[in-house]
Amino acid sequence: MRNSLSKFGQAIKLPGLSFALAFTLTGFIIAFSDSKVLSKIGSPLEFIKSAGATAGNAYLALFQGSIFDINLTKGHNFFQGFYPLSETIVIATPLILTGLSVALAFKSGLFNIGAQGQFIFGAIGASYVGFHFQLPIVIHVIAAALAGMALASIWGGAVGLLKAKTGAHEVILTIMMNYIAGYFILWILKTSQFLRPGRIDPIAPEVNQSARLPLLAGANLRIHAGIFIALVAALFVWWLLTKTTIGYKFRAVGANGQAAKTAGISVPFVLTATMAICGALAGLGGAVQVLGSEHALNADIAGSFGFDAITVALLGRAQPLGTVFAALLFGALHAGGRTMQSNTGVPLDIVLVTQALIVLFIAAPTFVRFIFKLKKMSSSAGLTSKGWNG
Amino acid sequence: MSLELRGITKTFGSFTANDEINLRVETGQIHAILGENGAGKSTLMNIVYGLLKADSGEIFVDEKVIDISDPSDALRAGIGMVHQHFMLIPVFTVAENIVLGHEKTGKFGALDIETARSAIREVSKDFGFEVDPDAIVETLPVGIQQKVEIIRALIYEAKVLILDEPTAVLTPQETDELLKTMRELKAKGTSIIFITHKLREVREVADQITIIRRGKVVGAVSPQTSEGELASLMVGRTVDLAPEKHKHKIGEPILVAKDLTVRNALGAAVVKKVNFHVNAGEVLAVAGVQGNGQSELARALINLEDHVEGSILLGGNEIRGKSIYDSLHAGIAFIPESRELDGLVGSFSIAENLILDLHDQTPYAKGITLSAGVVLAEAEKKVKEFDIRLQSVSDAVSTLSGGNKQKVVIARELSRPVKVLVASQPTRGLDVGSIEFVHERVLAERDAGRGVILFSTELDEVMALADRIAVMYRGEILDIVDSNVTREELGLLMAGVASKKASV
Repeated sequence: MRNSLSKFGQAIKLPGLSFALAFTLTGFIIAFSDSKVLSKIGSPLEFIKSAGATAGNAYLALFQGSIFDINLTKGHNFFQGFYPLSETIVIATPLILTGLSVALAFKSGLFNIGAQGQFIFGAIGASYVGFHFQLPIVIHVIAAALAGMALASIWGGAVGLLKAKTGAHEVILTIMMNYIAGYFILWILKTSQFLRPGRIDPIAPEVNQSARLPLLAGANLRIHAGIFIALVAALFVWWLLTKTTIGYKFRAVGANGQAAKTAGISVPFVLTATMAICGALAGLGGAVQVLGSEHALNADIAGSFGFDAITVALLGRAQPLGTVFAALLFGALHAGGRTMQSNTGVPLDIVLVTQALIVLFIAAPTFVRFIFKLKKMSSSAGLTSKGWNG
Repeated sequence: MSLELRGITKTFGSFTANDEINLRVETGQIHAILGENGAGKSTLMNIVYGLLKADSGEIFVDEKVIDISDPSDALRAGIGMVHQHFMLIPVFTVAENIVLGHEKTGKFGALDIETARSAIREVSKDFGFEVDPDAIVETLPVGIQQKVEIIRALIYEAKVLILDEPTAVLTPQETDELLKTMRELKAKGTSIIFITHKLREVREVADQITIIRRGKVVGAVSPQTSEGELASLMVGRTVDLAPEKHKHKIGEPILVAKDLTVRNALGAAVVKKVNFHVNAGEVLAVAGVQGNGQSELARALINLEDHVEGSILLGGNEIRGKSIYDSLHAGIAFIPESRELDGLVGSFSIAENLILDLHDQTPYAKGITLSAGVVLAEAEKKVKEFDIRLQSVSDAVSTLSGGNKQKVVIARELSRPVKVLVASQPTRGLDVGSIEFVHERVLAERDAGRGVILFSTELDEVMALADRIAVMYRGEILDIVDSNVTREELGLLMAGVASKKASV
């Protein structure tokens, strides 16, 4: 038990410290970009006080926007104060799924940049089944989600198959396929099959009530059952990787493809299967987004869920549990960022800076070790170092 | 110039790599340092060359204490080193490589290559080297590349030259030439520290031999000492240098290759229409200088190569064109040339590596789930059977020594029903003790009635184990000879001179 605890401590040390470092640095940026603070640069004491207050207020707003806000309980019940937390989870839910997609690919030695496109196809599939068919409750949600996953799985699996058959690099393939998916959704939303009657802007009909994921905390909070789907998916990925022969093959090919091949493991199978499962995961993310929170397919349905997924998977060290936590953190940053902007005037972009800094520090572990005078850690560093050689 | 080390100690954590080492190299002496892998030879030399800093101890050059904290200090003190893996830039010319790090510029900052060119010609003339200063390094044979390294050391006026396992990459002929060069250097007053684990070379060329075991000097002996004595000093127990080969009945052909051609990705034939067979209960050695198609031929036997023509019959069944998985499970055990690259998944545990080929079969798998308990229990059994030295089967295989890594590969490959064992350079980079183990295991497979195809560039190994020897040269099997052939005849065949006699 103690062993596994210390292992856990080792695993979160680097992300944790990178996180702390990024926040400290962002605090400075917030303070220094504020004209009120800068005007006090003449007297050091005032300057420090004012800088501290500005950064502190910004972070307080970030907290209020992502976890709990006492002001929201006025006139409502106490529960409503957790509206921000609900928002955090709503944003984190699809991110967990796309993050898992990227993380699983990492384990097979693949760099899946294509979660964005896979997400889009998942959303398209789920949306179509959701609004086009009349099915009984429960069955409708499942059918819609499965349709999205199947479509995305084909979209993702094609990348694996192409790589296996032609040797094309998955990074190039997935980037290009993201473009295709991005324009495909614009086109399909203009077809008579998808365009909502009476509308000219690209938006599909809302999915039927029977195809919607149930809300978890009443009509005032947006949190829906998708979070459970995401958590089950994380559990599934963990089980697949550590307990099954398929996961064993994935990890063997990811860690040393040449040795795996020499021992008779079929590399083409692993490439195709990995990408098909990754596609299904990201596609489930798209499905959950449509069935849980958006209810209607629109051109911007994917937001940046597919791209943030790369950061999330890196931050989570490509581990399922780590990915869940990283996605929650990103959800909190996004949700809190909005409040920070409206309450304190600190632009939402500062959240992107924080995100970028976290990734930067994780990608440069030597730097973080240097700052905190840490010894070299044995954990699986060098996660990204092989991305391009595939 | 004389070099003396007194009380050199170096520890890494709790591990003592060098323990109070004393050593004296006289002017114009060839001083061999003999020891197994991991004995601390390289650590010691890295200290002398300034790549590592000793915890305690002193280095004397011509009886004066000197302080060496980086390689430039060593160079200034007259110490040069030729590393096992050459420190050359393949796409640069010889002259460009030699000025690297010491570039002098002429007018308008142009690189002065001419000085280096003439210096190279001068040194080459002195020692009878044929090295063209303008040749691109990657086009040169390995033996010449090594000479470039030696020339570099000499041009920067090395009086003590450290050669780290210099013969590991050379053909027998190139090795002989290197030994000749070493004698010439010695005659001109250069001292040489010769690091190796090859006993024959040491006895041939060294004036003094120091043997290191587990970081300590365990013997300082003369080159008259017998190979057996040297080996037991190195390993710390008596070793069987020539494994006993029992006479026994050789069976029917078990693997037959007909007109086998292997092409590389560019379509060039690297193995050209070779024909051979191996009988049950027989070791067929495939000898040859590295790079003559042996690696590709070995890989082709389990269908690891993509472009293969011809036929491979295993027990009468055609296996060419089958999947790697089917080839292995048809009864071929395969020990790849590089255990780190092709044999093992470094970050996987020892237990996981032992089932790389069998992970989806009973008893290791039930349906699609792995039976972790069975995997561990079977691993424990294999560890005992093959005497793999480790702390836990759950540790990453990369934590093992080379010999134990190879044991993991062998244990895994022999855990399937095997008809033929294909072993590609199975003792490369191993210490004497592990080599002994591999040799015993190879002969045990032969005695158990399996066919063994042993690909090896080590002549001693080929002669000790083989029943018949096929010699490859430029992708062809030049001849298949009986194992009572002489070293000289084999050497000639390896150099591409076909012999008329001794053919079988």
